[in-house]
Amino acid sequence: MDLQNSDAIVFMGSNMAECHPVGFKWPMKAKAKGATLIHVDPRFTRTSAMCDQYVPIRSGTDIAFLGGLVNYILTNKKYFEEYVLSFTNAATLINAGFKDTEENEGFFSGYNPQTRAYDRTTWQYQTTKAPERVPEPPAGGTGQQKEGQETPNLAAPVPGTVKGVNFAALIANRLPGVPLQDKTLTDPNTVFQLLKKHYARYTPEMVEKICGTPRELFIKVADTLIANSGRDKTSAFVYAVGWTQHTTGVQLIRTAGLVQLLLGNIGRPGGGIMALRGHASIQGSTDIASLYNIYPGYLNVPDASKTHDTLLNYILTETQPTSFWSNTPAYVISQLKAWFGDNATADNDYFYDTLPKLTADHSHLPVMVEMSQGKIEGMILTGQNPATSLNSKFQRTAMTKLKWLVVLDFYETESAVFWKNTPDIAAADVQTEVFFLPAAHIAEKDGSMTQTQRTIQYHKKASDPPGDARSDLFFWYDLGLRLKKLYAAGRPGAKNLDGIKNMTLDYAPDATEVAEWVHKDEPSALKIFKEINGYDYKTKVPLNSFANLQADGSTACGAWIYTGMLQNVNGQIVNRGEMLPGKNDGWVSPNWGWAWPANRHQLYNRASADPKGAPWSDKKKYTYWDAAAKTWKNDPGDGIDFTATKDPSTPANPNGIGVAFHDGASPFLLKKDGKGWLFAYEGLSDGPLPTHYEPWESPVKNLLYKQDRNPIAKFYDVPGNKYNEYAGSQFPTVITTYRLTEHHLSGVMTRWLPWLAELMPELFIEISPEFAKEKTIANGDYVRVISERGVTEARALVTKRLRPLMVNGQTLHQVGMPWHWGYQGIATGDIVNNITSFVADPNVSIHEGKAFTCRIEKGRAQA
Amino acid sequence: MSDLRGMFVDTSICTGCKACQVACKEWNEMAPGVPLPMEDEAAVREHRAFTGNSYDNTSHLSATNWRHVKFIEQIGPDPRSSDRSDPRWLMMSDSCKHCVQAGCLEVCPTGALYRTEFGSVDIHQDVCIGCRYCVGACPFGVIAFNNRTGRVNKCILCQDRLEIGMGTACAKACPTSSLVFGTVSELQSMASDRVKLLHSRGQTDAYIYGWDLGNSGKITAGPNKGAAVKDVEVVGGLNVFYLLLDKPEVYGLPAHASLPQRNFVPSAGVALISAAVLGVTGLAAFRRRRMDENAADQGGSNAN
Repeated sequence: MDLQNSDAIVFMGSNMAECHPVGFKWPMKAKAKGATLIHVDPRFTRTSAMCDQYVPIRSGTDIAFLGGLVNYILTNKKYFEEYVLSFTNAATLINAGFKDTEENEGFFSGYNPQTRAYDRTTWQYQTTKAPERVPEPPAGGTGQQKEGQETPNLAAPVPGTVKGVNFAALIANRLPGVPLQDKTLTDPNTVFQLLKKHYARYTPEMVEKICGTPRELFIKVADTLIANSGRDKTSAFVYAVGWTQHTTGVQLIRTAGLVQLLLGNIGRPGGGIMALRGHASIQGSTDIASLYNIYPGYLNVPDASKTHDTLLNYILTETQPTSFWSNTPAYVISQLKAWFGDNATADNDYFYDTLPKLTADHSHLPVMVEMSQGKIEGMILTGQNPATSLNSKFQRTAMTKLKWLVVLDFYETESAVFWKNTPDIAAADVQTEVFFLPAAHIAEKDGSMTQTQRTIQYHKKASDPPGDARSDLFFWYDLGLRLKKLYAAGRPGAKNLDGIKNMTLDYAPDATEVAEWVHKDEPSALKIFKEINGYDYKTKVPLNSFANLQADGSTACGAWIYTGMLQNVNGQIVNRGEMLPGKNDGWVSPNWGWAWPANRHQLYNRASADPKGAPWSDKKKYTYWDAAAKTWKNDPGDGIDFTATKDPSTPANPNGIGVAFHDGASPFLLKKDGKGWLFAYEGLSDGPLPTHYEPWESPVKNLLYKQDRNPIAKFYDVPGNKYNEYAGSQFPTVITTYRLTEHHLSGVMTRWLPWLAELMPELFIEISPEFAKEKTIANGDYVRVISERGVTEARALVTKRLRPLMVNGQTLHQVGMPWHWGYQGIATGDIVNNITSFVADPNVSIHEGKAFTCRIEKGRAQA
Repeated sequence: MSDLRGMFVDTSICTGCKACQVACKEWNEMAPGVPLPMEDEAAVREHRAFTGNSYDNTSHLSATNWRHVKFIEQIGPDPRSSDRSDPRWLMMSDSCKHCVQAGCLEVCPTGALYRTEFGSVDIHQDVCIGCRYCVGACPFGVIAFNNRTGRVNKCILCQDRLEIGMGTACAKACPTSSLVFGTVSELQSMASDRVKLLHSRGQTDAYIYGWDLGNSGKITAGPNKGAAVKDVEVVGGLNVFYLLLDKPEVYGLPAHASLPQRNFVPSAGVALISAAVLGVTGLAAFRRRRMDENAADQGGSNAN
């Protein structure tokens, strides 16, 4: 919604008008108010059609483009100096041993070629000496101490548990030194100088050579952004999976972060970097643990390779003494209490030891690799369709190695029938036992949805599901109850069962909740909602704020970020997730749903005021310091994302715990130094500064460095996943994949619907007239699209919306394919993912589906 | 009349999402494509077709497509050259215009087509005899014969929704407010403001098709770059009218729409005159023959 306040919006890695058509009304509002809209994309799309500037780019070269913006801003001294000096780590000094990619042929210091990993020692801040640590007993101490107490009391432990442990004291004992700064920004070890050096060669000429973007278009984008940033104006970036699905995906988004920090566009109305999420509630599913390595509320899953052996060590490893994450102990223990209930106590470490620990990357790609090697017995698929997913033949073949497969979905998806309807698999050879369970649709169940702005909305079901279809909640709840029953009396050979036995799972519905339902045993979504929100364990009353969570087992909470969506108002429980229709409460709409955390819509909004707390300008007034009232205020009604009464002139406190460590002009409270990070000394495995590497499969060499590709990208050298020759002549064409408005993802929600199927009935490939002429392909012809993994057949859609690019003096052709089709449903078609591969970003294991290479041939796949 | 209802279609903010097409079919319970029972998946599959015409796989309005989003690619001034300067992709959601002078309604012999209390044109399906006079009488090719029912269909401005105080389904579904439902007079003033705003921003292409609200401009991109455009009122005004960014012909709309039956008076006149002339000539000829005969008789008698 905040996009309506932007003065310029850059859509990049996103086709918002097509893929987020409803949210696109906000940029259109901005445009109606005079904002400039820019689309940087390999294709001229329906988004481009709505924008003032269309800027072509080669797929996968976004860091070169955005790094070019960083260089342009720095070289022309167009950064927002006051913002950069106070709110970012520009002035912070980095270890003198740090070596940049400029000095190291594309590698930062600390690279180990044997392990293909970085040692981050030389990336660290220079700091004052850390305070002396008081010697600690091996496990914990006694006596509850209040936060802020000066002398840690660490005596008399109870061995092996967190019983009696004074977390505050232990955390205080771990305070680091204070980062050193040079506010003149001249020291060669300042982040600012390192940034300048790193991007010096990302000139408009280099951008043109690498990206194929005409330099005058690039400069126009840079000038537009600069003209629409500063005290009176703000610009926003909007991205989606066009940025994430790369071997450099995380760094790519970070580069936009650099641009926005330098221009002062973070934490201010109309600014920011808008991450458009792909599914209706994918934000919610990241918040509530659909990722293998994150528990609800972004708490890390215990990991065998980290110091996570005991609950105390887990907490001490995960708690950051100098950021908002200093509150981690309360979040962790409240979560365990919510999961395991009455018997979970400090004496038994709240059953922490029953949690499985990670031993490796268990994300989608490596799991499928293990499956292909016969290491996985069974799989449950809910809302997932691997038979049409990346390198889909590989995944379909891997599924034949399963003993059992459960598919919960609305329709018989490709994955549900991979064993019988797939052209490349003989049904007789497949031993996998497949169970198909019909699923209820969103309107057929109670539940919630968290959208792209972190706003949760609770919804009640509109009708009973048809036939045997049941909700996902029911499936998992029932499975949990059955497991509990199965293990109740113990099982031969089964160990460590306390976790399963003590799972609370107390979601049995009240009679009134299911009075009008066909199925009386559906779990209560509202009870799950309450568990996520958190409650006082004794009274069972919901808690209003995560500040109420305790580390002593007296509170239970499934996900601390959601605490407060149920509000206890004068004894009445108000579900803030329920829509309050007709509430006209301004553009922030604080009463329309509820945004985590604590109904804060704009994160880091303290940055919307200058270091002294005054609005940067009247036009962009948002959160500001009211000196008379000694409090921060936000007139549109947004939550203050800062300590509400912390005076902006408060100096940093080297002995302060958590955000008390930061001064009053440090808006980024989740960061250890309270600053926006231009230089990320931790958190990323592939470097502190984003660097242009070519996609894993690219027809051209890296023009900036000797190192062509991200040196630590995750690749899978396994049969069936052969990569196209790098920079060779076999696969000279760049290809990108994408979605259309008319279909959703692999099409399970759309290809079965005749009204949508007829709008985009067949798979096609978009190619430029120039390339079509070269290949003698006419509009509507069948073509084969080939990679080392396979072939996909599609109809040619010849259009000038695609264009040949001049890359380093050579003509390069780009093509694009929407990937919605499969062999099931009404609108059937070949699977585009037949030609993609398993290769991924090193930080988050996301695959590279947006930029790879192929060869195009005229004619059908099978004669 | 202040209670006339209609729609303003602002093509400058249409993203071509086709939500209007789907909402139309859903509300009006229409089968996809050619009239087929929706349950028959095989038949639906048979019908589907990739046209290769930009993102338009609907092609034209029909008995089961009362709404159709058109896609016009103008990537550069000349489609045959590689010049891609000033690229545009025009989109327009088309439907029945609910003309003030509705050709279809005027020729309907049974009164099946009728003017509603909202000023729109609806069809009494049970009165339609399938004569198809209306099909030829529509200057926009909107109304279509339905092979399954033997009657005609077109957009009826969601008459059933209007009767209970709701707006049209398509406008309700439009995410960018490109389709706006309302009273025609309000929509006209909205449209006028919108054109003025676009012009003030330098986008001089915009003008209104349907009513003459006094705007004029010049096309800034595409093959018609530089051509002058101005508001145009067609067939007495359109209750569903458009903000366009290029000449009407580019969108497949007639620049000078007229009703075939408007030729009736002149052609009837010609016919009358011809008839008169023929009659007079005939009479004259007859008289002459009579005179000749008389003359002959007389001559004869004279001769006698």
